[in-house]
Amino acid sequence: MTKMKFSIYRYNPEKDTKPYYQDYEIEVGEHDKKLLNVLVRIKDELDDSLSFRRSCREGVCGSDAMNINGRNGLACLTDVAGLKQPVVLSPIPGLPVIRDLIVDMTQFFHQYHSVTPYVVDNRPMPERERLQSPEDRKELDGVIECILCACCSTACPSFWWNPDKFLGPAALLHAYRFLADTRDQATNSRLNDLNDPYRLFRCHTIMNCVDVCPKHLNPTKAIGKIKEMMIARMV
Amino acid sequence: MVKERKSLSAGHGIGAWLQQRITAVIMVVAIFQVFIFLILANEVIDSNFITWQQFFSFIFVKIFTQIVLLAVMIHAWIGMRDVVMDYIKSYSARVTLFSIIVVWLVGCAIYSAVILWS
Repeated sequence: MTKMKFSIYRYNPEKDTKPYYQDYEIEVGEHDKKLLNVLVRIKDELDDSLSFRRSCREGVCGSDAMNINGRNGLACLTDVAGLKQPVVLSPIPGLPVIRDLIVDMTQFFHQYHSVTPYVVDNRPMPERERLQSPEDRKELDGVIECILCACCSTACPSFWWNPDKFLGPAALLHAYRFLADTRDQATNSRLNDLNDPYRLFRCHTIMNCVDVCPKHLNPTKAIGKIKEMMIARMV
Repeated sequence: MVKERKSLSAGHGIGAWLQQRITAVIMVVAIFQVFIFLILANEVIDSNFITWQQFFSFIFVKIFTQIVLLAVMIHAWIGMRDVVMDYIKSYSARVTLFSIIVVWLVGCAIYSAVILWS
């Protein structure tokens, strides 16, 4: 058992006039492999007022995105061993804080919903499902795995600056996911919708999104492919 | 919290993006051209007012320089437009600044053409 120090962002709008960092010290055992394990123990043993989101605890739901020592990530996928102490935990940046590590994701999901995140196919429904060849399905690899944790979009300076106009890397990755889907029939209207100075083109290839994605996806590459599709349509 | 989508110039995303890349390539080529001339001027031929004047009096150098200068103007316009759109939120201030930038860039373009072709 070793002692670990944590400094966690605290803000309760009902009590606090402004946010502050609270220090915690906890014994970490061999079973506390991931940061989320330790956070749950801090809440159980030291301070039950500490608030954070979590659900699946295995990197599938994307609930426990937070800023860990200055870098966005999922607490459930972050190894405790090797974290520089005190471990500074803050909410993911750029979104309004509801309480402690919990942020209001409305803006993020608004941008996601605005890319029509479903297959559009107005042809008559087939008798069974719409089939896709294994090769066509392969196009979606590296795109479809996004869990919408918002680590990427909230690490993007362009999204911090224009969160209401720039879609952000997560929504753009999903935009490409449906552009790349051979079953989708709305390619033209999807590309038209992205073709303005803000929605797609506020991406300046900073690549923070690629750096922080806990699923090791590449939104910058997807954004590049959308641009390629736009150019291919022009010529 | 999320405002209605405001599209200042829908349909102009890819065009501006592409123009900025193409003009950047033209500027890179121009930098190489000047470097090669400088190396040649220093190593092979004499570097003096006459050689500079002769170099820039070749018709294809003149035409290319004119293209480069126009590329710089277009590149500068898109860059400045993006900066103004990011930092100036008031629409009237934006239009004023856009007008000043356009007048300034067009002025630069005319002035450079006069110098180049006179």
